[in-house]
Amino acid sequence: MFDKAKILAGLLLFLAILASPVLYNLARGSAAPPELKTGTEEKKCLEPTEYMRAGHMTLLNSWRDSVIRNEDRVYTASDGRQWDMSLTQTCLVRCHSRKTEFCDKCHNYAAVTPYCWDCHLAPEEKK
Amino acid sequence: MPFNKREFLKLAGLSLAGLGLPPALRSLAEADLSRVAPRPGALVGKRWGMVVNLRACREGCNDCRVACHRIHNVPAMPNPGHEIKWIWTEPFENAFPGQENLYLDQSLKGKAAPVLCNHCDNPPCVRVCPTKATFKRPDGIVMMDYHRCIGCRYCVAGCPYGSRSFNWLDPRPYIKEPNLEFPARTKGVVEKCTFCEERLAKGLIPACVEACKDKALVFGDLEDPGSEVRALLGAHFSIRRKPELGTQPQIYYLV
Amino acid sequence: MLEKVLTGSRKYWGWLGFLAALIGAGFFCYLWQLRDGLGITGLSRDVSWGFYIAQFTFLVGVAASAVMVVLPYYLHHYQLFGKITILGEFLAVGAVSMCGLFIFVDMGQPFRVLNILLYPTLNSIMFWDMTVLSGYLLLNAVIGFVTLDAESKGIAPAPWVKPLIYLSIPWAVSIHTVTAFLYAGLPGRHLWLTAILAARFLASAFASGPSLLILLILILKRVSSFDAGKEPVQKLAQIVTYAMILNVFFLGLEFFTAFYSQIPGHMASLEYLFFGLEGHGKLVPWMWISMILAALGILLLLNPATRRQETLLAAACLAVFFAAWIDKGLGLVVGGFIPSPLEKVTEYAPTAPELLISLGVYGIGFFIITVLYKIAIGVREDLAA
Repeated sequence: MFDKAKILAGLLLFLAILASPVLYNLARGSAAPPELKTGTEEKKCLEPTEYMRAGHMTLLNSWRDSVIRNEDRVYTASDGRQWDMSLTQTCLVRCHSRKTEFCDKCHNYAAVTPYCWDCHLAPEEKK
Repeated sequence: MPFNKREFLKLAGLSLAGLGLPPALRSLAEADLSRVAPRPGALVGKRWGMVVNLRACREGCNDCRVACHRIHNVPAMPNPGHEIKWIWTEPFENAFPGQENLYLDQSLKGKAAPVLCNHCDNPPCVRVCPTKATFKRPDGIVMMDYHRCIGCRYCVAGCPYGSRSFNWLDPRPYIKEPNLEFPARTKGVVEKCTFCEERLAKGLIPACVEACKDKALVFGDLEDPGSEVRALLGAHFSIRRKPELGTQPQIYYLV
Repeated sequence: MLEKVLTGSRKYWGWLGFLAALIGAGFFCYLWQLRDGLGITGLSRDVSWGFYIAQFTFLVGVAASAVMVVLPYYLHHYQLFGKITILGEFLAVGAVSMCGLFIFVDMGQPFRVLNILLYPTLNSIMFWDMTVLSGYLLLNAVIGFVTLDAESKGIAPAPWVKPLIYLSIPWAVSIHTVTAFLYAGLPGRHLWLTAILAARFLASAFASGPSLLILLILILKRVSSFDAGKEPVQKLAQIVTYAMILNVFFLGLEFFTAFYSQIPGHMASLEYLFFGLEGHGKLVPWMWISMILAALGILLLLNPATRRQETLLAAACLAVFFAAWIDKGLGLVVGGFIPSPLEKVTEYAPTAPELLISLGVYGIGFFIITVLYKIAIGVREDLAA
């Protein structure tokens, strides 16, 4: 092919740029998943922890529609416990009240910025 | 490795199907999100409405507005053009534009009348909303879903009463004492009175009704013939705002 | 065909560069608006739609006006418009694109706009507006490209384009009717609650759209090899004349109903716009300028001597265009909100960022029109050679 050297060099450069985030993290040594502190006495998650980790947004969106659009406010978990469907009054008051030590830790690690906090007011945390 | 088109497509199809496997397996461990129910102890009504007794309403009083705006995190915006208000008072002539005349009863001339969303039976705001972010509940409350609102302000144009406010800026800095038990809103969405539906769900009457020391605001089920609102409407003449528009407002004013 | 965009004179690139600068400035202001909210505009609790929606309303009319060249040529074989239908169709593409962008920049939560499609609400006119405008954009883009492509190859366009062309004719009328319905069904806004709003919109559209088309044709004659000829332009000018007379007549009808009936709700907004209300009258000079421009435009267009003279024709078209722009844009949209439902007067004026964002959107629209026209001209040049 024509200009073989230039093309191959360009391709390598492109691949390097494309892979740069991964290479950067490999070089720096990525942080381990964060240590979370709940700030409450509750030991058992609403639903199995594996599900909560992966599916809490699905759960919250479903709760949002149930409360706002259907006036249903009581959720029965798979273990039979009943909960008031409220991000701030249930999740944050009953289970993990320290947003900075719980919610934000994983969100920052995973680089997600949920906009829930634009409206929903987190409990004040004692310093 | 010469591939013909058919083999390539078969491999691509299998790969795509394979990509769908982890989520499918994960969903087997899902929670059953359909196990929901209404809260017991809620106030239940067939058709919520309010009677405002203008004779009892005290001049210069703002208790209803203060209570409502405090518990609902309604911000105090510095620019009057960006004002957000759910319930407030307007002079009689502004609240009832068709009713003014030169010889108006002295007690009504300039009288401060509490105005709020009328929770109309035939609401134009609900008719125009392109996403059903504002919708009518079976119990008559015209509700707001702030998550779905795209901020088009069609409902603001549609409301003939000026009951709706838009968040032109981020309201958070302007909320004096946040009530952590109720969310705030964010910039870019429309908000209004929702008849304290979150309090009704806890068996409590609306905050404005509770705050009014003169009992000028009476809340109740209009379809319950034994309710206080029905008693008042049965015994006194009442007017509604702009009835000729066919919106069927459910806030009745005793003059 | 698309490669025609990539070659051009210095003026061409200079013009595109200028538009790019406008777009850039508008874009940065839009980032500011995204960060801080629509509070950086002049909008308020009482006047909740303003400059952005005024531009949208006006531009839907410009987009619909493509039917004024498409209908005579395709439905009635009016050969005189043969060379300029592509210009009308591409103008429609640019105009509808601007409509969509003006709606987008006006949204409080623009990234949720897809909720309209996720939760379709058939009783909301806004849902239908989005539908018909998207459809019209698609129709004109497809029709324009397919017919131009066929023309460049010297063959007849594919047969399936014909039904699309026929469809675009009532569709053009529908986009502006639906836009009028956005306003004309709101019980609380008496300036808009008139049965003739859609008729007014269409009359104003068929005056302002073809005027812009005439102006663009005159510009093309000077900056490119494209010469549409005198007669098509004269015929378009006649259309503008009758449409503008109708437009002014309809406004007169509104005045009659309001002021002869003496019903306060009917009169109040017109009073505010044309005479001022309770000491407020920011828009009064604008409305009277609009009336003077309308009269001037009509007079210049009615008189064949002035209509045939190109400079005066251009002046007349500019006058008609801006008269309609003022009256249908700011006049109608802002006037509808004043007085407020609580009988208060809150005035409105757009802020600098609001205007820059709007200029940015206009930049994008004219960029699209320039690029599309460049392709059309390029194809015609190739054919002439």
